[in-house]
Amino acid sequence: MSFELIGKHEKDARASRDAIVTTLDELMAADPSVCYVDCDLMGCLNTKGLWKKYPDRALQAGIAEANAAGVCAGLAATGKKVFFHSFGTFSSRRCYDQIYMSAAYAGLSVRVLGSDAGVTAAFNGGTHMPLEDAGMYLSIPGATVIDACDYDQLYSITHGLADTEGVSYTRFVRKDVIQVYAPGAQFTIGKGAVLHASDKDVCTVICSGIMVDEALKAWEQLAAEGVSVRVIDMFTWKPLDQELVIAAAAETGCIVTAENHNVTCGLGAAVARCLAGSRPTPQEFVGVQDRFGQVGPQDFLMDEYGLRAADITAAVRRAVARKS
Amino acid sequence: MKQLNVKELNVLAARIRLETLRVIHSRGFGHVGGSVDLAEMLAVLYGAAMRFDPKDPRWPDRDWLVMSKGHAGPAAYAVFGLMGYYPMEEAYTLNHPHTRFPSHTDRLLTPGVDLTTGSLGQGASTAAGAALGNRLDGRDSRVYLVVGDGEADEGQVWEAFHFACAHKLDNLVVFLDMNGYQLDGSTAEILDHGNLPGKIAAFGLYTQQVDGHDVAAIYHALEAAHAHTGGPSCIVLNTCKGKGATFAETNHAHSSSPTEEQWQQALAAAEQALDAAMKA
Ligand SMILES: Cc1ncc(C[n+]2csc(CCOP(=O)(O)OP(=O)(O)O)c2C)c(N)n1
Repeated sequence: MSFELIGKHEKDARASRDAIVTTLDELMAADPSVCYVDCDLMGCLNTKGLWKKYPDRALQAGIAEANAAGVCAGLAATGKKVFFHSFGTFSSRRCYDQIYMSAAYAGLSVRVLGSDAGVTAAFNGGTHMPLEDAGMYLSIPGATVIDACDYDQLYSITHGLADTEGVSYTRFVRKDVIQVYAPGAQFTIGKGAVLHASDKDVCTVICSGIMVDEALKAWEQLAAEGVSVRVIDMFTWKPLDQELVIAAAAETGCIVTAENHNVTCGLGAAVARCLAGSRPTPQEFVGVQDRFGQVGPQDFLMDEYGLRAADITAAVRRAVARKS
Repeated sequence: MKQLNVKELNVLAARIRLETLRVIHSRGFGHVGGSVDLAEMLAVLYGAAMRFDPKDPRWPDRDWLVMSKGHAGPAAYAVFGLMGYYPMEEAYTLNHPHTRFPSHTDRLLTPGVDLTTGSLGQGASTAAGAALGNRLDGRDSRVYLVVGDGEADEGQVWEAFHFACAHKLDNLVVFLDMNGYQLDGSTAEILDHGNLPGKIAAFGLYTQQVDGHDVAAIYHALEAAHAHTGGPSCIVLNTCKGKGATFAETNHAHSSSPTEEQWQQALAAAEQALDAAMKA
């Protein structure tokens, strides 16, 4: 893993989905067994070019996600490396049993891509807002679950997915994301990225996706007040980097998790389960507090659901106060 | 059904189209194409066929509308506003924070919406359930279900058709909006249906096909659908995705983000069309 933080909190000019498009193009060019199946959302992923370029392997399955997931499993059974995309709601809820039984249970590898992570579904509203998608995939034995934060991370991870066996689920933002990492960053699936650490840290913020930039802003605010915290980008929710989590708990004494997802079944829950078994540690959960999604601009939704740097700093104070 | 008055229904259709545009304009972008193409069908339903009470949206004896292609919410919001469920201007808050008017129809938010949709295919089943429930209660209420031709990719639509036929739900009328387009392009290039009306008929629905922009044709098809007993009916509407929206009519775009100038052109054209309908 190698990366450099940009630290400017500025939007990337590149749409993050294009990291996937470029990777798929590279993979499909290099390996004739790579297939990509979409459900009438190529326009949304910007892959219509791949549809033209690889007409036999970039496939439209229509608005029929359950069938598409089953088709992916069948393709995998013939040795194809399959990528499958729909909006996060539909590539999880709308085809869960097919992914669960026909793919995962049957030992077949399908790389599922779920776009419009959490509140970034914005104007498509509550029916299109996946807040439990990753949680559903966490429930599949052996699955790999990813919540990616920016273009370069997504680029590196998508390459890694090609060699990841079993079912994987990657949730991501389609367009506007804050550029967190400098180009060329490399990530290892299953390992957390430590973004800030010192021996004065009084708490660890474990986050992923759009919450990484919020956590970095929280780190700056707290640093200005003389409070030092550790920040970990835990883009792999499963398999969780347990060693890193336990070490952070041991060294900083309390944890805040921050996720663009329902706290009942996401990153926070995975971290809590890890710690409860080996090193019980006070933990505060920033994320969507068991609510449905709703329609509106992303900024409004981030305020509405408490997904801001200020929510993280407040949670850090609560967590620190709970240390015994 | 009320007696057929073509002029009145054309005027209502023009109003629905204009208000649909105004609703989406209030956000600046959205699902224009698949909303405006429903204006004539909604005009016939609300102007001549349906039993409803805007003062009592959940009136037990009402007829139901299930917009299974939920992204056509703005067209539903237009007709509900025109019928008096709420002041029309209230719907000019589409997709604003805490609005009652989200992209996809939501029964908990908008008076007039009977069932929540957005995940395509699901409205077909809930409509069948509502038709069955009304029959169990001994009501003669009808359920009108609107399905897109892209949406008909979903197996659930066909499971619902199978169910509705097996349970002889003749209080269910399906409108299949056959505009030939879905999100990524034409239905033919994405996942060709072949003969879609023929397949629906083969499932057992009493199926008719009409010009979806001809109110008289829709009216007569509805009369025949109502007269049909023993099972559900389907009226296949041949429509133009984007009909009457100057920026969407020729590219059949699924979602449009026109410039303000293009919006003004489209709104002016829709106002002119309304004038023309009133003078006809
Ligand atoms: C289950 C599901 N998959 C995907 C989508 C995303 N989506 C919304 S509208 C649409 C195209 C719909 O096409 P069609 O039913 O023909 O509607 P129309 O062209 O009449 O607007 C797609 C793919 C969705 N809403 N639900």
